[in-house]
Amino acid sequence: MAGVGSACLTVALLAALYAAGASVYGALSGRRKWVTSGRRAMYCVAALCVAAFVILEAAFLRSDFSFALVAEGSSTSTPTFYKVTALWATQDGSLLLWATLLGLFSSAVLFLTRRSLRDIAPWATAVLGCVGAFFLLLMVGWENPFDTLAVAPEEGNGLNPLLRHPAMMIHPPMLYTGYVGFSIPFAFAVGALVARRPGADWIRATRRFALVAWTFLGTGILLGALWSYSELGWGGYWAWDPVENASLMPWLVGTAFLHSMMVQEKRGMLRVWNVSLICATFVLALLGTFLVRSGILESIHAFGASTIGVQFLVFISLVIALSVALIIARLPDLRSEARLDSLLSREAFFLLNNLVLVGLCLVILWGTFFPLISEAITGKEATVGPPWFNRLTTPLALVLVLLTGIGPVLAWRRMTPSSLRRILLAPLLATGAVLVLLLALTDADESLPSLLMFCFAAFVLTVVGQEFWRGAGARRVVTGESWPRALARLTGRNRRRYGGYLVHAGIAVLFLGVAASSAFIEQRDVRLSPGESFVLGDYEITYREPTARLGGDASGTGAPISFGAVMDVRKGDESFTLRPARNFYSSSDPALGTISRFFEGEATSEVDVRWGLRRDFWLAVRPDIASLEQPIREADAKFADSSGDVQALIIAALAERYRNEPPPAAFRAIVSPLVAWIWIGGAIALLGALVAAWPAPEARLRRVRALYSARLGKELSRA
Amino acid sequence: MEYALALIVLAALVALVVVRPLRRGGHEEHREQTRIAELEAAKEAKYREIRDAELDHRMGKLSREDWRAVDRELRAEAIEILSELDRLEGRSPEAR
Repeated sequence: MAGVGSACLTVALLAALYAAGASVYGALSGRRKWVTSGRRAMYCVAALCVAAFVILEAAFLRSDFSFALVAEGSSTSTPTFYKVTALWATQDGSLLLWATLLGLFSSAVLFLTRRSLRDIAPWATAVLGCVGAFFLLLMVGWENPFDTLAVAPEEGNGLNPLLRHPAMMIHPPMLYTGYVGFSIPFAFAVGALVARRPGADWIRATRRFALVAWTFLGTGILLGALWSYSELGWGGYWAWDPVENASLMPWLVGTAFLHSMMVQEKRGMLRVWNVSLICATFVLALLGTFLVRSGILESIHAFGASTIGVQFLVFISLVIALSVALIIARLPDLRSEARLDSLLSREAFFLLNNLVLVGLCLVILWGTFFPLISEAITGKEATVGPPWFNRLTTPLALVLVLLTGIGPVLAWRRMTPSSLRRILLAPLLATGAVLVLLLALTDADESLPSLLMFCFAAFVLTVVGQEFWRGAGARRVVTGESWPRALARLTGRNRRRYGGYLVHAGIAVLFLGVAASSAFIEQRDVRLSPGESFVLGDYEITYREPTARLGGDASGTGAPISFGAVMDVRKGDESFTLRPARNFYSSSDPALGTISRFFEGEATSEVDVRWGLRRDFWLAVRPDIASLEQPIREADAKFADSSGDVQALIIAALAERYRNEPPPAAFRAIVSPLVAWIWIGGAIALLGALVAAWPAPEARLRRVRALYSARLGKELSRA
Repeated sequence: MEYALALIVLAALVALVVVRPLRRGGHEEHREQTRIAELEAAKEAKYREIRDAELDHRMGKLSREDWRAVDRELRAEAIEILSELDRLEGRSPEAR
């Protein structure tokens, strides 16, 4: 089937090129048949990519090691869930995922706009065809996921152990869906510029795609943070790693775009800004993909050096050059239809929030690429660490959260200061009350940024609560509905507005978790023998006994050997048991001994966490297996040609020895306050984004349409 | 061999799909139809703005004077859209 898969990619490449060519010809000649033909070619690209994807997935599931990719990234002992997801853990597979998602997204948007955007859609099809052709060309020319091996090995290398985490396996498709999703508004923005149709039509047609892309990208970033927290064994969720930053940057600029496009939609303003933002978002999405795969920056996430770095760089440079040239050429068409009525308006604050978001992105961009910049200038690679990022991003994040609260209270166009004072009164009083309580009852004043963040988060939550309460109240005056019904109807009728407010509430809660967990974290690294204890804050932790497990660890990662510890944790009357472990994976290096290879492969931390709304208790162990080195060496010498059964017996004996004569083990314990609220805030924001993106029921729309049509029709007939 | 055969079959299938609209006679979308679809979307957006402004007023964010001014402006824009829709659809305002 590898041949069929390769043929799918080759034909998809030809179809993508045809889609671009036919659409451009159709647009220039005015012959719509060619535009339709080009659109159909993009449907074919999607179908062929899906077929290739299914063929490759099937190869992974049946462990067909004649496929080089399967032999490289899977094994017979890899659990089925990880076999399915191993496809996108490889470079070639992730390129196929990109192309498949792009084909599906493009088909969806081109189908939905087949009877509208007559001037813009053909150019957008051409852009999408070119982007698709680039990714397909990478696979056909350099990184073919259907490459086969002349002699299939009996066993594959297995999936990178670090990636054997449920969050990590969903994280890449989420990120890629986000990256790919932003290519849709980008393509239509370019189409609008080429066709000289700079109005809001392209924004209305692609708004939902941008929102879906933003949601997926945000969810992917959060899942990555969750993976870092619960898998990497260092206890944090964000390390300002280049690849983490690469996913955050398009999300920040995409957030700015989601706000400023509303200004264009409602007021016909910020046209240059909007096309610039979406072009920047798409370029940053490409950069994110490039950074993961190129290996140009040192990162825990950069999975191997790539052979396609130069191609990516050329493509990104082309996209930047063409986008800038097009925007400059169309500047006269991009003049605003209106001007700011008042600085006290929602659009003015959206502009401010845009500047903060773009500022954040620029800071992160500078810090991420500083090693390359410093090397280019001084010849020495210098890096900036988390303290640099924290110092510069914290003030901007504080302003951003504050704006998250102010934005919803403002009206479009203009607002009188007296109205603003009236609406801000309750949130300001609530924020003041929270400040007094925090100062009186907690140690929050030890960290000024955190104290400010708590107050701003309280402000945002009060504002959002008030918005729902006032909105439902206003509705009740007219309809006489009960509070729950009024709230539900209000949200249902104004999904964009109230979905957006929920997102704001989620972001505030998320930052609350970040502020508390980063400023008031308690951590201790110790080395203990069984029976010994240590104290961390109010907790007393005792190393009860070691564990040694063979074949099948508790997390279901398929690790062959797992050494760990049973830990008793006590805090006052509360007590619980944690079982952190460290998994050892076999090495495929033939130079290693028969037994030592079981311990010389990758090793991963299986952290145990006592999750809680007030605080998490996080514990990791690093067993010292130095005491086993001597018996392992002896076993290597004695049982060099032993069968698998004998090797299993020896490993079992070594595990028994570890249990009976345990050496001291290293532990890292962390008490992290309110960290759970990061994930809860993320979930609230996700819910809000879904509400905002969900289409309104057709029946209701029709009813409203009829009502307003009649009303306006009367006015028209009078005019 | 497998690759060459699959390539021919798949290329032929794709060709069938993309050539079909080129061979069909006559049926060309009219520019007006697409413009109508765009205007319908613009109309929906304008209605949403009118509702938003009304809600802002009821929630106390817009004073009565400001709301009246904004509402008048938005309705004028909506009427422009409706007029163009009527013109494209060949209807008189009374027929609505």
